[in-house]
Amino acid sequence: MTAETTRLPDHGIGAQLRSLFGDGFPWISAGILVGVILLAMVGPMVSPWQPGALDLRSAFQPPVWAGGAWSHPLGTDNLGRDIFSRIIAGTRVSVIVAFWAILLSGAIGTIIGMIAGYFGGWADTIIMRLVDMQLSIPPLALALILAAVLDPGLQAVVIVITVTYWSWYARIVRGEVLSLREREYVALARIAGCGPLTIFARHLAPNIVNTLLVLATLQVGQVIIFEASLSFLGLGIQSPDISWGVMLADARGYITNAWWAITMPGVAIMLTCLASNLFGDWLRDVLDPKRKQL
Amino acid sequence: MLLEARDLKKHYPTRNGVVKAVDGVSFTLEPGKTFALVGESGCGKSTMAKLMLLLERPTSGAVVYDGQEVTAMRGRALRRFRRDVQAVFQDPYASLNPRLRVGKIIAEPMMAQGDLDRGAIRKRVAEALDVVGLQPDAARLYPHEFSGGQRQRIAVARALAVRPKVVILDEPTSALDVSIRAQILNLLSDIQDEYGLSYLIIAHDLALVEHFSDVTGVMYLGNMVEQGPTASIFDTPSHPYTQALLASAPRPDPDHHLPTDVIIGEIGSALAVPSGCPFHPRCPKRFAPCDSENPERRATAPGTWARCHLLHGPDTAPGHPELHLSERTRS
Repeated sequence: MTAETTRLPDHGIGAQLRSLFGDGFPWISAGILVGVILLAMVGPMVSPWQPGALDLRSAFQPPVWAGGAWSHPLGTDNLGRDIFSRIIAGTRVSVIVAFWAILLSGAIGTIIGMIAGYFGGWADTIIMRLVDMQLSIPPLALALILAAVLDPGLQAVVIVITVTYWSWYARIVRGEVLSLREREYVALARIAGCGPLTIFARHLAPNIVNTLLVLATLQVGQVIIFEASLSFLGLGIQSPDISWGVMLADARGYITNAWWAITMPGVAIMLTCLASNLFGDWLRDVLDPKRKQL
Repeated sequence: MLLEARDLKKHYPTRNGVVKAVDGVSFTLEPGKTFALVGESGCGKSTMAKLMLLLERPTSGAVVYDGQEVTAMRGRALRRFRRDVQAVFQDPYASLNPRLRVGKIIAEPMMAQGDLDRGAIRKRVAEALDVVGLQPDAARLYPHEFSGGQRQRIAVARALAVRPKVVILDEPTSALDVSIRAQILNLLSDIQDEYGLSYLIIAHDLALVEHFSDVTGVMYLGNMVEQGPTASIFDTPSHPYTQALLASAPRPDPDHHLPTDVIIGEIGSALAVPSGCPFHPRCPKRFAPCDSENPERRATAPGTWARCHLLHGPDTAPGHPELHLSERTRS
């Protein structure tokens, strides 16, 4: 009956990694996501051409499998710019936007959701009515309004996405905290005299980290599509700066005679989103098999 | 007196009306003594624990600790209350955060007090583990590495380590295996003797209370119906509800049969507390005034009182209860 006879389970990092990378690890999705992040960091070093370099003589070259040359593997656009190099350059915007937008909306939403869920009462009522209002506004309408106020660009994109997505985190965190705060160990922490900040950090946050991680991963894809949509509409990144959305916008005039110019960035967006969704699904199953509705 | 409830009421407004979970309960807990609150599920005894622990604020009435009203406490007084009054809950699987090591769980109340350095806290953790009969190594392990009884020992160690004056025990043994219950109760008794603690124990198990508490209060639907020294309550219960509770407790006696007709139906709803005496719809001895007037307290023995019309009125009532009873059984 003493602790000595209790067998210690394997807390080792090795065992945890083994179980993590066992059957069902989404190698392809993880590979694509890691690849995108790596390209965002070292892009200029590996890209074959200057992404902004014009070469009007080689405009509208098709991809290599459609009769093009290996010098431009994914073809060129209307100004002779190398599409492959531009896609690599576009990863930077996607990664930066995804990182900051998810970090900011997640942090703001988590704090607000914790306050609403833990304190309840009028704080909860006000916050949840705000969330309802937020959810009733179409994101693009909000983007149009904000774009009128803000200078278009990377910052504006991050702000628009943060304003759109914080309410998601707030709602989910509130729900989690509502059930967590009824746990007996939370009541005992209050009895012990712990303040709200200690209770958040020690008893609530560790229990919602998994949920947040899953939500954030699933959102990478949405954020990338959102950025592309904003840039496509001219509310986000502006040409000649490069993002996948800008490439779509630039190429849409030539869709009939140069399909690859608009297809290639589209495929890049699709693959990245698909990878983030599949990876997020896997993460959800691994971290919390009970939670299927995220 | 150390801890006192003064005419405590806790009403929860809901869509379907007001739930009167606790409706005017008073008692005092003396230093070094044990007060037991007993009653069926839904009688408001757990709400009482929450009120006494300042987890909920009373609708009216007051909780008084050492002469001071706890809802008015701020700063140092509140911190002292948070040290002096600790709790052990029913379910040792829910009351220990699974992500914290046992050492940290036990240290939490001391860390919240902020007056001890890490070395002193570690020493106290080891002491507390020793008092409850666990190895000092236990501090490095996680709760899931212990059995239910060991976990409850950890919960007791946690309550104890901060050197409280009162420990509120909310059904401390009802989630444990029968074989472990006596161990935990003996442990709690030893600790009480050694440290001069006061206990407020909340239980539905009468057998547990009989040998453990000095004073017992019986609750029914948010009301205290009878209160007094435990021996007096168990030997000469005056309230029909107390009598029924005692009669329905299983006894290790093969010739003893559980009475079948003493108490009628289920506990009523706190949403619609019956008029008059809250117990009257289930009472085998009800008569004329029971459904209109809630009886006042009446002394039945030294230090004991009960709230029942039988104690007020003349003993001419006996004819009536049978009447009521037979009417009911026919319908």
